[in-house]
Amino acid sequence: MTRTTLTACPTGSSGPVLGDEAPGVLSALAVPAPAGLADDVLVEVGLVDRMAPYPSPIGTLFIAWNGRGVAEVDLGLDGDGSRARHEARSGRRTIPADVLPPHLADAIGRRLAGERRVRIPLDLRGCTEFEVAVWTKALEIPRGEVRPYGWIAAEIGRPKAVRAVGTALGHNPVPLIVPCHRVVRTDGTIGQYSLGGPGNKRTILAAEGLDPAALEDAARRGERLTGSTTTRIVCWPTCRHARRTQDRYRVAFRSLREAGAMGYRPCKVCRPTALESAA
Amino acid sequence: MDDTELAHRLSQDLDGTFESLVHAHVDRCHAIAHRMTGNPHDAEEIAQDALVRAYRALATYDPERIQDLLIRPWLATIVLNLCRNRARSRHAPTTPLDALVEAGNEPAAGAASDPAGTAVRTADRERLAARLAALPERYRAPVILRHVDDLSYAEIAAVLGRPEGTLKAQVHRGLALLRAAMTANELEELTR
Repeated sequence: MTRTTLTACPTGSSGPVLGDEAPGVLSALAVPAPAGLADDVLVEVGLVDRMAPYPSPIGTLFIAWNGRGVAEVDLGLDGDGSRARHEARSGRRTIPADVLPPHLADAIGRRLAGERRVRIPLDLRGCTEFEVAVWTKALEIPRGEVRPYGWIAAEIGRPKAVRAVGTALGHNPVPLIVPCHRVVRTDGTIGQYSLGGPGNKRTILAAEGLDPAALEDAARRGERLTGSTTTRIVCWPTCRHARRTQDRYRVAFRSLREAGAMGYRPCKVCRPTALESAA
Repeated sequence: MDDTELAHRLSQDLDGTFESLVHAHVDRCHAIAHRMTGNPHDAEEIAQDALVRAYRALATYDPERIQDLLIRPWLATIVLNLCRNRARSRHAPTTPLDALVEAGNEPAAGAASDPAGTAVRTADRERLAARLAALPERYRAPVILRHVDDLSYAEIAAVLGRPEGTLKAQVHRGLALLRAAMTANELEELTR
């Protein structure tokens, strides 16, 4: 078998070409990898993030992500400021990008348009179990509805932790994706919002089909819950079952206790709870 | 930082050290995959996948295991496995690499950076790479690990699970096949 090789090999003149000693000519085939490859790896494993602009009804959002999921949604005037904030908060180098990867852009677009079933991976490393429980519960609130802080506290089995729920929602790194704007104060007022203040919270709720001013008016009149005289069921006022009740069958309650005394049972969908008054 | 030091630091602080591993090894992971598959696009995907898998594996290893890891052959093993998986799942042959794609990856050329005088021009390199990619796998893998990646025979033995003597013969045979595949003219071009 060596003979066939030799016949094709120009004897004598080949010299060191393709010699058996390494490194030889073949080492020239070790060309450098494309420039972005190292960063692609680091983003994929979640050690480095990328951040890209994304349009929304309240202005341009800057969304940070890595291979584990979306890590932050920030409202900023410019990408540099948002990136610096994200780097400070996450401790990860963050590379500016022009657009989100198509699968994330598509999923976020559908979620913001009201589709609840679309899955958006999130990177919530560094967050506490309590925070994650609060945000997971907030995800259950449908578009066009709101719940009080105390409802989340009760639902996650920490009825007295109303203030902590408010703090956790204020620390939500992915507002809009986790809809903390759908959580309002127990007294019925709209309350604070981390993504640029209460004005933006109203804008977003209005864009989702709610009338924030009417909600606050009703709350000011002391109307915390809505019942139907036909079903004798009591709901949060924005529950879809409360909203489809005709006006002539609608009745307002100040508290669950009052509704209970009148023989109304709580809705099994929106699960109105007796609230601690702290928040 | 050499690989022993790198392994030590990885065992202490994976997330803080992994970036150093990537920067130290991304070029060679890519080069092995590039020359195994003969295709720069596949190589990019394989190199990325290999390093991501390396991270995920390290995340499950205990510190002693990471400390004892021989990083160079370990990464080469991951890259080669991915190359084989891809070759197995591929029905159509991969697109042969073309000079235009390659041209973007030119290393800084010049006599200064090439004291051994082994500079090979792009066109010649393409021909050589194409011949190499056409070698049977049992010769191609050892030739690439020895002559492109510069692993020792002991390291290659660990990667491929073949005895060193067998590997030396396979490298020798692979180079001979390569010489035979190149025309006399091409071989002269390489040394010019």
